[in-house]
Amino acid sequence: MALLRITSPHTQRAGRRTSWVMQMVILATIPGIVVQTWLFGWGTFINLMIACITALLSEAAILAIRRRPVGFFLKDYSALLTAVLLGVALPPVVPWWVTVTAVAFAIIFAKQLYGGLGNNPFNPAMVGYAIVLVSFPVPMSQWLGVHSMVSAGETLSFMQSLQAIFHQLPVIDSYTMATPLDGFKHKDLLDSQAAFSSIAALQGPSLNSWLWVNLAYLVGGLALIWLRIITWHTPVALLGALLIMSGAFHLFDPSNTATPFFHLTTGAAMFGAFFIATDPVSSCTSNRGKLIYGAGIGILIYIIRSWGGYPDGVAFGVLLMNFAAPLIDYYTQPRTYGHKKAKTGLKVGEDN
Amino acid sequence: MKMSAETAATDATQEESKPGANYAEIIYNGIWKNNPALVQLLGLCPMLAVTSTVVNALGLGLATMVVLMGSNIAVSIIRNYVADAVRLPAFVMIIASFTTCIELIMQAYTYELYQILGIFIPLIVTNCAILGRADAFASRNPVLPSAIDGFMMGLGFMFILVTLGAMRELIGQGTLFSDMQLLFGDIALGWKWVVFENYPNVLFAVLPPGAFIGLGLLIAGKNYLDEREKKRIATQKAKDGPSASKRVRVTGQVS
Repeated sequence: MALLRITSPHTQRAGRRTSWVMQMVILATIPGIVVQTWLFGWGTFINLMIACITALLSEAAILAIRRRPVGFFLKDYSALLTAVLLGVALPPVVPWWVTVTAVAFAIIFAKQLYGGLGNNPFNPAMVGYAIVLVSFPVPMSQWLGVHSMVSAGETLSFMQSLQAIFHQLPVIDSYTMATPLDGFKHKDLLDSQAAFSSIAALQGPSLNSWLWVNLAYLVGGLALIWLRIITWHTPVALLGALLIMSGAFHLFDPSNTATPFFHLTTGAAMFGAFFIATDPVSSCTSNRGKLIYGAGIGILIYIIRSWGGYPDGVAFGVLLMNFAAPLIDYYTQPRTYGHKKAKTGLKVGEDN
Repeated sequence: MKMSAETAATDATQEESKPGANYAEIIYNGIWKNNPALVQLLGLCPMLAVTSTVVNALGLGLATMVVLMGSNIAVSIIRNYVADAVRLPAFVMIIASFTTCIELIMQAYTYELYQILGIFIPLIVTNCAILGRADAFASRNPVLPSAIDGFMMGLGFMFILVTLGAMRELIGQGTLFSDMQLLFGDIALGWKWVVFENYPNVLFAVLPPGAFIGLGLLIAGKNYLDEREKKRIATQKAKDGPSASKRVRVTGQVS
């Protein structure tokens, strides 16, 4: 029989250091970063640089204030991982101060104020993302379009991206377009079929660009599962719940909803499933808990995408389920070997 | 809320047990040690909701201060004539009448601010800081200490409100003292201070969640200062050594 080996959630195998795990997760985002750079220009790359510098500086500053060893904690790469996740989540040409705000808030408020790595109840990257999404709705909704779709007909050059991020690029409007999710959200009175044939963001090249991004993160995520850094439970539950929700509603009302394929291959579906929801600190610990946690996020993503105020719901879905993670963990404690059935919750009036 | 009201009550009984009122202590309690906003955490609802700019915070702070002072004086005057069983309804009636006065005054003289603050002016009635002070202090103390207590508690509350308002206005809009003419008339038209030019509005700080974080930072700052003061006193004591005249004692602490 298989003995459960769940001790510290981030080490599925013994002898792995935190820094190794964090490094591998960072490396696993490389396919996604490459595809995003290929499709949307150098903006993502510049964002990543800004985010990494900000993360290291703010982490070092707070550690110094808290009188903790600075070098030791910087070398565990957790701050860098937060920065990388935020850097790829933010739109490619977002002004530099948005990135700085998001990363600094994620590191200082969402991570260090709660006690540093391992103590944060919320996913720091998603807290930073949610803060800037709420605070700066205009720059945050400005995604670049794939080059064959936008009126400029090309991707931004490196210098143009720098200019857009650090100063201002007057012609930026000819490079940006709505993301497919945004386009579908604002289809207004059109039914699905009319929307997919008339709205620019829902045409082939635009959809394909997001398909590529999602496939790249899928590859990175599968590598993480293969390395046993994450288990299959959370991503499968998340994507499964999203599939079932979108499938059920599409069967029920095909004229107003998008296909499950559309939901799984646009926005941050794969990125969220493999890189965000699997954060070992803020997600559930037991395998059964991870299934419930992932399914909850999937359902919330569909609800926010369909009826919420924002086009994509990964950040808010993850944050909401982070609230619930301790409770889920409490009710899904695995049975200890050699003991009776695990207690599942409070038994009123019994002393156990 | 109940707990803090009770601690306030014990504070008050301690104050009461002393012969004569200790004004310095009342002032210190109101502004720092027992600050309604930072320590008792009373009146959170208006504090988080209206402190998006300095002028809103100042307007509500002043209104609360006037109500608090008035109710403390009135409660103190009638404290010997109200039966214990009906004291709370009586206090609430007093507070409600003062709140109505303030509401009408603001409607008359600062109509725009009255409209901005909206429901939060009538809601001063439910501000626990006011009822707490009425029950914990004013109902057990003479008029003058009660009036000073009301004023100082109101000042402490207003001070935090304005600080929070300034923080949120600065981070949220990059300005300070905008729209002060709503409260001070035409003199204040030029008071608006644009700290950062071309500042992108940070909606998060303008919305109530920003107030929670701002208040958390203020409380943390106060705790830090208190902690440092405590340490300073401890090292001072250690440096001075035990006091010179020592008698043999069998109980209590030797200091």
